[in-house]
Amino acid sequence: MNGIPKVVVIGAGVVGTLIARELTKYNISVTLIDKEEDAGWGVTKANSAILHGGYDDPVDSVRGRFAAKGNQQYTQLSEELGFEVKRIGSYVLAFEDEDIPHLEELMEKAQANGVTGCEIHSNEEIVKRNPNINPSVKAGFWCPSAGITEPWMVAISAVENAVLNGMVFRPGEQVQAIELEESDQGKTVKGVRTDKAYYSCDFVINAAGLYADKIAQMAGAYCPVLHPRKGEYILLDKKLGAIITNILFPVPTKDSKGVLVLPTVDGGILLGPTAKDMDVDQKEDTTTSAEGLAEVRQKTNAMVTGLDFSQTVKIFAGLRPEDSQKDFVIGTTEVYGFINAAAMRSPGLTAAPAIAVHIVEKVLKEELGLELEKRDDFNPVLAPYPTLPEDDPQVWEQMVQKDPRFGKVVCVCNKITEAQIVEAIRRGARTIDGVKFRTRAGFGRCQGGFCLARIAEILARELDKPLNEIKYRTGNTKLLSGRVRA
Amino acid sequence: MEKRKITCISCPLGCEIEAEIDGDEIKITGNRCPRGKEYVINEIKDPKRVVTSNVKVTDGEYPLASVKTTGAIPKDKIFLLVEKLREVELQAPVTIGQVVFHNLFDTGFDVVVTRPVEKR
Amino acid sequence: MKEITVDALVIGGGAAGMAAAVELTQLGCDAILIEREDRTGGVLNQCIHNGFGLHVFKEELTGPEYADRYKHQICDNRIKVHPDQFVLKVDPDKREVITVGVEGVTCYKPKALVMTTGARERPFSNLRIPGTRPAGIYTAGVAQKFVNLQNYLPGKNAYVLGSGDIGLIMARRLTLEGMNVLGVAELMPHSGGLARNIAQCLNDYNIPLELSTSVVEVHGKERLESITLMKFTPDTLQPIDGTQREVVCDTLILSVGLLPQNELIEDFVQVDPVNKGVMVDSHQRTSHPWIFAAGNNVAVYDLVDFVTLEGIQAGKAAARMIQEGFTDCGQIPIVRGNNVGALTPLFCCLDEAPFKFYIRPTKNMDKGRVKIGPGVIQKVEMGLKPSEMVDIQITAEHKEKIKEMGLTQILVEIEEV
Repeated sequence: MNGIPKVVVIGAGVVGTLIARELTKYNISVTLIDKEEDAGWGVTKANSAILHGGYDDPVDSVRGRFAAKGNQQYTQLSEELGFEVKRIGSYVLAFEDEDIPHLEELMEKAQANGVTGCEIHSNEEIVKRNPNINPSVKAGFWCPSAGITEPWMVAISAVENAVLNGMVFRPGEQVQAIELEESDQGKTVKGVRTDKAYYSCDFVINAAGLYADKIAQMAGAYCPVLHPRKGEYILLDKKLGAIITNILFPVPTKDSKGVLVLPTVDGGILLGPTAKDMDVDQKEDTTTSAEGLAEVRQKTNAMVTGLDFSQTVKIFAGLRPEDSQKDFVIGTTEVYGFINAAAMRSPGLTAAPAIAVHIVEKVLKEELGLELEKRDDFNPVLAPYPTLPEDDPQVWEQMVQKDPRFGKVVCVCNKITEAQIVEAIRRGARTIDGVKFRTRAGFGRCQGGFCLARIAEILARELDKPLNEIKYRTGNTKLLSGRVRA
Repeated sequence: MEKRKITCISCPLGCEIEAEIDGDEIKITGNRCPRGKEYVINEIKDPKRVVTSNVKVTDGEYPLASVKTTGAIPKDKIFLLVEKLREVELQAPVTIGQVVFHNLFDTGFDVVVTRPVEKR
Repeated sequence: MKEITVDALVIGGGAAGMAAAVELTQLGCDAILIEREDRTGGVLNQCIHNGFGLHVFKEELTGPEYADRYKHQICDNRIKVHPDQFVLKVDPDKREVITVGVEGVTCYKPKALVMTTGARERPFSNLRIPGTRPAGIYTAGVAQKFVNLQNYLPGKNAYVLGSGDIGLIMARRLTLEGMNVLGVAELMPHSGGLARNIAQCLNDYNIPLELSTSVVEVHGKERLESITLMKFTPDTLQPIDGTQREVVCDTLILSVGLLPQNELIEDFVQVDPVNKGVMVDSHQRTSHPWIFAAGNNVAVYDLVDFVTLEGIQAGKAAARMIQEGFTDCGQIPIVRGNNVGALTPLFCCLDEAPFKFYIRPTKNMDKGRVKIGPGVIQKVEMGLKPSEMVDIQITAEHKEKIKEMGLTQILVEIEEV
């Protein structure tokens, strides 16, 4: 290897983007590739958005090493990158006497994992914080460090910051081959070929989510077979927001953390996920099902009263990449230069910042002996996306005086203005979803009924495209067809 | 002999009327008032409709101006009208009531603009 | 921050708001009409079909023409319209309305506030229909906006879910403008729209209407590819196993209900759970004596003419409040009886002012007796259906009778005959 190391990261989800950003802190050439047209559009955008306490992963597991650490790192990360984190705490709830020993087990595990502040709370305490909890709740394991965030914003802002620090971002490119050569270390990474270009490189970080096994296969490197595990969700209107304040878990089964009830960062209530193991060829199947949605309703109704499903804002399904060992697969492989950050099932989001540090410190530096030079011009800070407070007209007045487009409200449900949408486009949004995820315009109860046409118009104007070229997201997702009158 | 079922729309009752058509003779059953008979016979012999649609506008704040026929035109001419409307291009500003076609298909009715379009 | 003191502030420049503002001004009050779009008219601007104005103007007009009549009245009466103003907050204690526009924040201080904020469309995701979430699914109003105002079709082959009027109108519009509309599905055993629209939007174009049918699954990852339809039992609305069938289409148009919008005030005014809108009395007054409401944010109306009349009623009452102060004439609750669904008003003021009841029957009836009282009005109506509101005038004489009878509540019911 001559000169500075060249790294290609495959997969712009939370794991890939945080690793890529970490790499840009050093004199390394970093290229990040994703088949989707924006960051965070795979597993990252459809999950529970929880920063887990990290108390329940087995100490001897890979995830156990990263979960609690990653959780802690989110405080600094959110300050640097400007995305929101709310440390609202979580309860694992026992509704039956026989579940209480499990809570005590969690206390022990928490200690072993170095998670502090955990306690077992009584019914009164839980009800005080969550007035609508099923009153038959017996006790709850309380973890104050658990929180919620917007996972796609973690990825989007990590990418933006990494690009400011010199990373090359290549969304909308599909990796087709990993080229190898023979060297002293045996089979060695030479380059990555996508459907659009070829990138020569020394290292490949495989953070390809559901397709990490396929990517590894291209390199002839080991990665266990990943099958998708589907989780279906129902999102309820923020009108119902006050009925719970913490993340609520049932006592888990051996397979899953269960169907949860939790607040979202912008005040709604998220219910889910279910856990259905699918076939390896179903990695594009994000359909919701009558059975899955019924399961979400039934299980959450058992935990919390007052869930008004007529206030459903959205239903969706996410897929987690699951392997037979139910653990992360991180580290070097038999192909020199090909490094896995794969099988990122729960708590992948939580662990991601710690994994990023690990890849640099333990894998590249320690294990592979790379001498990496830290840059003194790395800028960790990303200006947050402009937001306006719901309830402070003085701030609105100031913002409008700075830029009158802050006075043009486009998304009426969430009060998102034209200035914010234009800024999102300036910072990388090219599609309706790109605008939506960066600004929350279109996330509200009318689901674009009032704002879709206007957002599309602004995109068309800013991107200088005809209105019927505007898409929702990757692929064949244009909004409109032909003209009425040519 | 042809049988047709037509729902009368003259009043909210919405009688379901059956018509037996034998050449020029039409036998009506199921109406609860004479208006039903009249409506169905008209519907069979000479159905007419008011048509609303759009025409292209250039240099306007909207790309289209909505239009309507000022009276009910024969139903079988509807798609012919739409084809004619495809050829139209008005220049902004466009005012309500502006005539797009005079005496459409010799019906005595015009096609007029129903929504003003200011210049861009 | 600008501060504007005004007699009356009307929020929402659609049919109800324009009517209220005109009435207020004609009665000598100083009124400002605020509107978040760049012009008044609301949905009327995009409803290019006709059928508006039969009651109010005794003419059949298209939506834009109806709006234009009011825009002229607004001009003629020199009503101040503040377009491009978005309301951030209504403060019930300070009696202030905070808005934002391109020039900054404005704090309006009205003596009377008239809320005419209309309704929104129920979105697809609220139906919780399983399957994918592809491009090509639109509520009818959004499709209408793209077609009539922006000159674009939403797709090539469409299916319509919901036989409410807007769905029927769009079935015709899309067909006329070159799309292939494959059918309309309606969950209920009877159609949701006016008979005239069934005839002139569906039958005219041989678009089949499938009653007791709904969409149970959506397919196509990126773009809609097909929908699964299924039949439902007519009374219990349960899906009937084995009746599933797939329809290939790239566009799904939804007309599955309108939801009154009262986000600005619903935290502090009373909302009726059946109307899903703000509760008003016979003066269009809400539970706060300085706040009035009219139009689709009170209940979902079927004719814009009724919305105009309600707007006028609200304007009248707001003017009286501004000029004479709040007068408590006493009021009695109005209660729903058999076969009555949406109903407004829900309180009857015991003065002489006349008003109209607007009632939606809960089911189809060839003949029904609308009973108000008991003993105040009995009226037989023909061809009752949920999609067509019944309007009943209450006169000063009726009010006299109500007082004489010493009624403590008014029961409104429809008896099947």
